[in-house]
Amino acid sequence: MIEAPPDKWDIELTAENNLLDLKLKDVWHYRDLLVLLVRRDFVSFYKQTILGPLWFFIQPLFTTIIYTFVFGSLANISTDGLPQPLFYLAGITAWNYFADCLTKTSSVFTANAGLFGKVYFPRLIVPLSIVVSNLIRFGVQMALFVLMMIIYWVKGASFHPNAYLLLFPFLLILMAMLGLGLGMIISAMTTKYRDLTFLITFGIQLMMYLTTVIYPLSTVKQKYPHYQWMVEYNPMTSIIEAFRYGFLGQGTFTMLSLAITTIITIVIMLLGIIVFNRVERNFIDTV
Amino acid sequence: MSVVIKVENLSKAYQLGDIGTGTISRDLERFWAKMRGKEDPFLKIGEVNDRAVKGESDVVWSLKDINFEIQQGDAVGIIGRNGAGKSTLLKILSRVTAPTTGSAKLKGRIASLLEVGTGFHPELSGRENIYLNGAILGMRKAEIKRKFDEIVDFSGVERYVDTPVKRYSSGMYVRLAFAVAAHLESEIMIVDEVLAVGDAEFQKKCLGKMGDVSKGEGRTVLFVSHNLTAITRLCSSSMLLRNGLLIDHDATHKIITNYLSTDEVSTSFMQWEIGNAPGNGVARILSAGVFDESYEVYEYIDIRKPVIIKMEYDVLVDDVKLTHAFVFYNEHGIRLFDSHDVNSAWSSNSVRKKGRYTAEMLIPGNFFSEGKVKISPAVITSDPFELHAYAEDSISFLVKDSMDGDSARGEYAGSYGGVIRPLFNWKADFTGR
Repeated sequence: MIEAPPDKWDIELTAENNLLDLKLKDVWHYRDLLVLLVRRDFVSFYKQTILGPLWFFIQPLFTTIIYTFVFGSLANISTDGLPQPLFYLAGITAWNYFADCLTKTSSVFTANAGLFGKVYFPRLIVPLSIVVSNLIRFGVQMALFVLMMIIYWVKGASFHPNAYLLLFPFLLILMAMLGLGLGMIISAMTTKYRDLTFLITFGIQLMMYLTTVIYPLSTVKQKYPHYQWMVEYNPMTSIIEAFRYGFLGQGTFTMLSLAITTIITIVIMLLGIIVFNRVERNFIDTV
Repeated sequence: MSVVIKVENLSKAYQLGDIGTGTISRDLERFWAKMRGKEDPFLKIGEVNDRAVKGESDVVWSLKDINFEIQQGDAVGIIGRNGAGKSTLLKILSRVTAPTTGSAKLKGRIASLLEVGTGFHPELSGRENIYLNGAILGMRKAEIKRKFDEIVDFSGVERYVDTPVKRYSSGMYVRLAFAVAAHLESEIMIVDEVLAVGDAEFQKKCLGKMGDVSKGEGRTVLFVSHNLTAITRLCSSSMLLRNGLLIDHDATHKIITNYLSTDEVSTSFMQWEIGNAPGNGVARILSAGVFDESYEVYEYIDIRKPVIIKMEYDVLVDDVKLTHAFVFYNEHGIRLFDSHDVNSAWSSNSVRKKGRYTAEMLIPGNFFSEGKVKISPAVITSDPFELHAYAEDSISFLVKDSMDGDSARGEYAGSYGGVIRPLFNWKADFTGR
């Protein structure tokens, strides 16, 4: 019998692992699974519905109508001079993507315990598939947004898309990373402490009011100069402000604020990966 | 041949009871100990895991210091009672959970079948689920595509392949799921008790497929099952786990004997109270037992020695025709034979008076094969047939071969088939060259 050299093992299972080791090679091997999971999410979403993918439109459309009525007409909150439906829809579309990534990622372990408990694959695949399948939804909602832009353009409303529109892909990545990172941190903690699942549902709603979804940053700066930091340092604020600025020509953002957001996002993402990696190995014992 | 699985000092601790309350303080304490470079305070107090005994601490070692090596192409069975740590071991090896201490090293791709149909989505069709499930198990899309027809063919649900799996019968569901898993191209296959599903034909097919996988294709199989027949058929060697400890790793038939003699309780003598003695208004069985030649109660019988099976029963009415019988099963639930009295003074349809009777039969040595024999005593009327008293599987004994070379085994020490093992007379001649 020939003894293999001791270093030739393909897999070594030990109690400790490298926290920053993302097993990207493994993830790459399972890329087909990512695609299939995205497909599954998409198909199972509209199976046995009449309107099917149309539901992707309906939610932001109605939300926009309600916001226009409540915050625009009743409360009379400024929209930086932009047509109200466009202003809200821009905020809602971006916010929804982030919020969907966050909520779904945050329940990754609890929702997939049955699957994770029976078979190994790089766990990172599932949060990644969430980010990607939400991208489809986001794409549909973006189409709605662009459609609205065209309608208002024809009607002669005043807004000015500009070169900052090119930041869009970067903003999208930031939102995905932020949602993913925060989601992974929360998901890792919910495996032991379920309290966080209750926190997350209304926490996201509260956070939306600290983000410039229904009001512009300029108004906050004007009216509440003492509290503006709460809104300003919220990383989602500068993303949404930059988003609005690029597409509609109004928004309060600087390259500096965007840079800070990028750093915060990267830190959250790294923290998320570390926590996720740590929990991934043993969560099935405690979930 | 080379070692493909090497497990060294592998242990896994579990926390008993509720997780939640008190875990924050526990986590903090653990963290504090770690910061000072000390051992985890909650792992020190672990003890051997016996589920029946109430322990001192909340932490229990589901596996403790397991060491073994498995060669490429081996099919290894894992045997043990519920809670012995079998599934935990498989979970660690299939990377579902991490060990607490120690390590396991593996070579090649691993396919684990801890459950069939993991990740099946009820809304998706059979076809879509084959792809999804295959990908979850680690197959690439091209690989699944190549094997698609084979998988569908093996599962035998071709007609339903485009129907959502929620409309499948549970048997079809399992067939499809196993078919996907069976076509994985992995060097190591880990299988946990999945054969307990599907009909007999399909179970046979699964076993056959797994046999092909290990014998024909040279892949390594780890197999947990309570079905000892399946283990015997599939695995040349086995491991016996008890309370988280690896007791033995040896040829399957030896391990099974070890398991049956220690982990399965055999009762070689039974006595019933009048109140709950098995029987009807005509007769009831009072006691039954297994004895050796000197009428000592024995749980283990030397394969070469005769066995005496004896029962005692009451006949409750006068002038009734009846006799006594024994039914023999082995540990796999195979009915070995029945025997009823045809030659004693109280044989078939003898007319009885009210009162107490005993009956015994002698089974010669070199008759049973090794393993467990379960006996059901009965009191019957044979014509017209009527069962008056029947104590199903109430007594049992174990047949052991001490391997001295004078049993039917001779010098052969390997796995030996057959439900009985008589020692026959052979005649052989040299007929010239």
